[in-house]
Amino acid sequence: MSRRWTPGAVASRASLHFVIVLLCLVWLLPALGLLVSSFRPAQAVSGSGWWTVFTTPFDFTQYTLDNYRHVLFQDGMARAFLNSLLISVPSTVLPVLVAALAAFAFAWLRFPGRELLLLIVVGLLVVPLQTTFIPILRLYSQWGAAGTFAGLWFAHTGYGLPFAIYLLRNFFAALPRDLFESAYIDGASPWTAFWRLALPMSTPAIASLVIFQFLWVWNDLLVALIYVGGTQEVAPLTVRLSTLVGSYGQEWHVLTAAAFVTMIVPLSVFFALQRYFVRGILAGAVKG
Amino acid sequence: MRGEKAWSALFVGPAVLLVSFYLVLPTLYTVYLSFFDRNSQSFVGLDNFRYLFTNAAVQAAFRNNLLWLVVFTAGTVLLGLLLAVLLDRVRYEAVAKSIIFLPMAISFAGAGVIWRFMYAYRPEGAEQIGLLNQIVVWLGGTPRAWLIEQPWVNNLALIAAGVWIWTGFCLVIISAAYKGIPKDMMEAARVDGANELQVFRHISLPSLYPTLAVITTTMIINVMKIFDIVYVMTNGQFGTEVLANRMYKEMFQFRHFGRASAVAVVLLAVAAVVMVINIRRFREEEGR
Repeated sequence: MSRRWTPGAVASRASLHFVIVLLCLVWLLPALGLLVSSFRPAQAVSGSGWWTVFTTPFDFTQYTLDNYRHVLFQDGMARAFLNSLLISVPSTVLPVLVAALAAFAFAWLRFPGRELLLLIVVGLLVVPLQTTFIPILRLYSQWGAAGTFAGLWFAHTGYGLPFAIYLLRNFFAALPRDLFESAYIDGASPWTAFWRLALPMSTPAIASLVIFQFLWVWNDLLVALIYVGGTQEVAPLTVRLSTLVGSYGQEWHVLTAAAFVTMIVPLSVFFALQRYFVRGILAGAVKG
Repeated sequence: MRGEKAWSALFVGPAVLLVSFYLVLPTLYTVYLSFFDRNSQSFVGLDNFRYLFTNAAVQAAFRNNLLWLVVFTAGTVLLGLLLAVLLDRVRYEAVAKSIIFLPMAISFAGAGVIWRFMYAYRPEGAEQIGLLNQIVVWLGGTPRAWLIEQPWVNNLALIAAGVWIWTGFCLVIISAAYKGIPKDMMEAARVDGANELQVFRHISLPSLYPTLAVITTTMIINVMKIFDIVYVMTNGQFGTEVLANRMYKEMFQFRHFGRASAVAVVLLAVAAVVMVINIRRFREEEGR
């Protein structure tokens, strides 16, 4: 459509840009405030607004790394960072593997109860995790699994499975039928068909799922809070951060640095792999 | 195929075991526990539910959840819709989308710290360090304690943080659907003299209804489970408690597992409605 530059059209274009830029600022400024404050000395953070640094943004003497040193080595964020990694990696690999196997069977094998099981998976997508905490926590306490990494790995696996199965099944089911039929004629087992055909052809879907599950676990607070609570040797960043909020309340130089430490990994993943992340969201809009 | 059932059992078995153990059985057991006393020793009938529906503090949590339900759902879906339509008209769409979507990548605990800082309050006359109060002061107003003034200001302040996080999710999904609407339909309407508002009202909007329905149910499911934001920002103080936080409190502070289970059952009941809708939709899609 050719655009005519009448005064009315110019005004409406200008207001369009104005609204969009304004909204983008509303989304950016809160995060920017956090980032800037995390590099300012304690006195500066409590004495003046973070936006005042922009009067002399290139005066680097007003920035410091002290807050990060403080949260990482005095407040245990370094340990919590390691814990988050130790929790998130197995809690991503395990459910994706288990889900891929099940999703392949749902898509390409025939067995009794298949439809019913699939409907149960779809139903479970929206079950609130809250309804599972008490029984599992009790069992965990009896078994000594509360406050352990393994307890969290398996809990995240169980919780992540319905979405993972749902997403991968939809993807597997869309692969061409001939492919598997000719493989079976050539004597391939379902395992070969899964491992040599379905998986390699589904890298984009698997990538989306891996990113999604990883970020989900990395950002989780509630599940970790329930099953490991304050156990410092196991608690991930999110739990540590919420503890610091409780103990530091208004000491923003510490809290902003601590919050940013929790975000470094998700932000890197986001900027590097945004495409896959968005694809995962689009594929599974019903995740509960 | 020979041995298809055995292969299926191998493929689906691990997933069935994990999902049963972590989701299905605990959920059923929680429903059972909701009819028992604090230690799950003696049957108390509907006492726990009677408590939920008569206790003033729990009533407040219900009321807050309802406020969240209305404002958060409307806010995220409408802002997502607005942005999807507006961003489609500018060249920097991809950048703007990334900005709005960014909060989805970070933890809600981290986002909670970001917004606690945004809302930071100093008495009138003192140097403001929270951006929101500074803006209020610049505009000639008096600073407010956003997270303390109950019941409206602080609850809406928390909900605003929730909207900041989730709007990007709605935007990405609505935008994908919006781009799927055939452009010649809109062009034809424009040629016939329809203005942009009419095109939106009579062509774009009806085509988006199914997507908006999915998004809205997803947001309703999310809002019922909202926990992290409230936990980190106010910990449910000053009349900001919501159901998920109430359950956590019943569990770990009051150690009343009957009541905690009953709260979970209420969350489950809301989810069950969406569950039925999802299963029905899934069957329709599969039955093509």
